[in-house]
Amino acid sequence: MKLSILLSAPYRKIAADGLWHNNVVLSQNLALCPLLAVTGTATNGLGMGLATMVVMVASNAIVSASRHLIPGEIRIPVFVLLIAVLVTLVDLLLNAWMHELHKVLGLFIPLIVTNCVILGRAESFASKQPLLPSLWDGLMMGAGFTLAMVTLGAGREIIGSGSLFMNASVLLGESFRFMETTVIPDYQGFLIMILPPGGFIMLGFMVAGKRLIDLKLANRKLAIHAQLQSAGAVS
Amino acid sequence: MNNTAISGPHIAASNSNSTNQIMRKVILALLPATGFGIVIFGWPALYLCLISVGSALAFEAVCLQCRGLKPGHYLADGSALLTGLLVALSLPAWAPWWIAILGSAIAIVLGKQVYGGLGQNPFNPAMLARVALLISFPVEMTTWVNPGLILLGPGPIDSLAIIISGVANPDAVSGATTLGSVKTGFSLNQTLPGILYDYSGWLALLGWERGSLGETSSLLLLASGLWLWRQGVIQWYTPAALLGTLSVLALLSHWIDPQHFLSVWVHLNSGALMLVAFFIATDYVTSPNTRLGQLIFGAGCGLLIFVIRSWGGYPEGTGFAILLMNALTPVIDHYIKPRIYGRYRNGKPLDLGQTE
Repeated sequence: MKLSILLSAPYRKIAADGLWHNNVVLSQNLALCPLLAVTGTATNGLGMGLATMVVMVASNAIVSASRHLIPGEIRIPVFVLLIAVLVTLVDLLLNAWMHELHKVLGLFIPLIVTNCVILGRAESFASKQPLLPSLWDGLMMGAGFTLAMVTLGAGREIIGSGSLFMNASVLLGESFRFMETTVIPDYQGFLIMILPPGGFIMLGFMVAGKRLIDLKLANRKLAIHAQLQSAGAVS
Repeated sequence: MNNTAISGPHIAASNSNSTNQIMRKVILALLPATGFGIVIFGWPALYLCLISVGSALAFEAVCLQCRGLKPGHYLADGSALLTGLLVALSLPAWAPWWIAILGSAIAIVLGKQVYGGLGQNPFNPAMLARVALLISFPVEMTTWVNPGLILLGPGPIDSLAIIISGVANPDAVSGATTLGSVKTGFSLNQTLPGILYDYSGWLALLGWERGSLGETSSLLLLASGLWLWRQGVIQWYTPAALLGTLSVLALLSHWIDPQHFLSVWVHLNSGALMLVAFFIATDYVTSPNTRLGQLIFGAGCGLLIFVIRSWGGYPEGTGFAILLMNALTPVIDHYIKPRIYGRYRNGKPLDLGQTE
């Protein structure tokens, strides 16, 4: 099997859907509970996003591989059980190998199991698609989710406490300490952005921003289309 | 549009209370309390008002421009000016300049324009700004300056320095509000007679006490509120229910335990109560439509204010109370609908055969 298959049209579409058009947070508005709960800093958003991505890839793979074995009537309980097992694994692994991060995210890792987007991808994609597209979909949806989490966390962290990627060394190791930056020196903080209301405010602006960009892109496409048509009419 | 032939029970906007006129009257009604605040807190208070109103207008213009609307027409309705003024009145009089600008930004951008502008906002913009600032900047938002005549206080130039870089020695010129000192006193196991030994009910009524820029003078705010009522700009239901509920609760609790519950007089003359009762709770946009709904809304605000003041973590609870009841307004409006002409309240047509 060649990796170049990932550049073929259907796979490109999966990637574009996951990263932008059908983004978990910005378009589907799913997974908002962990989103709002942990994105006080960009690092926490990154950690939570990566953990969710791992679970999503694994669950998509297992669901896809066993999709012919699972009777349709009981597929939801089976999916839930599978996801719960995976989340427990991630929880224990994080606790064992990244204990400091687990102390920060610990409360929210079990919440991944209630994260509707994992069940959503299992139900709407992996249970109907072969293994490779399912793996790719899990990876891309997870990456889109992580991107949104990091952007949201970064926005809240900069406005709320004037820093960026604080405690990145805890998540990624000592060699990533350079990422910890103080954006605004001597900043006394804007507490409400760190608190849950800040998450809602920031998320609202991000969703609005995505729709604005989509609108601009669509308008540009229409304009080009109209130009081509008029050019064709003249010639 | 030129509709000259009007028949039926229409109210022509030109010779009655249009949006512009309502806003103008409310602003006019706020001027006595604003003026009093400037007289007792000095030049910094005046600067704060100007900064707050100016930045509110600027943010409104920018937002309207972003939405592709002509700013001039909408700015003229006075709603941004009123919001800016209300933000200023709810700030400590010597707050730094950026607090006023940030407050106006929160009120206009987050509180009003992102929802679609005037008439679309679920929460009162000024109270949203007040609560967001109070939570985020507890020190700046609770540095209450002592009252004193403007002529005896810092001059225009010194005041500019106070607004820009803060007071050099805040402890010398500031202290706690009545409600603040009560909360602190209780945490030190004191009782009310000990805490309020130098409390003067008459000075509190007049407004000669520490507090937000335009909220101290209960007397002026009450008079302005009554004038607004006489002008038909506000109805009496909300203020009466709010003040009534709070008074009854205060009366009962003070009668049961006078050591630990404030008297009605202190409740009515403290914090933002009069401003909130007449100018905030009566906001057309964020309060219910019906008379019964407004009575419930006002009573809910009164109850919440009493609960937060008596047992809450913050000394003053009017902002939180208003926001919580704003959130309940759609629910109240869902269950208590205005009666449609020709129909019963539940929506069924009037049974004309039965009536005689």
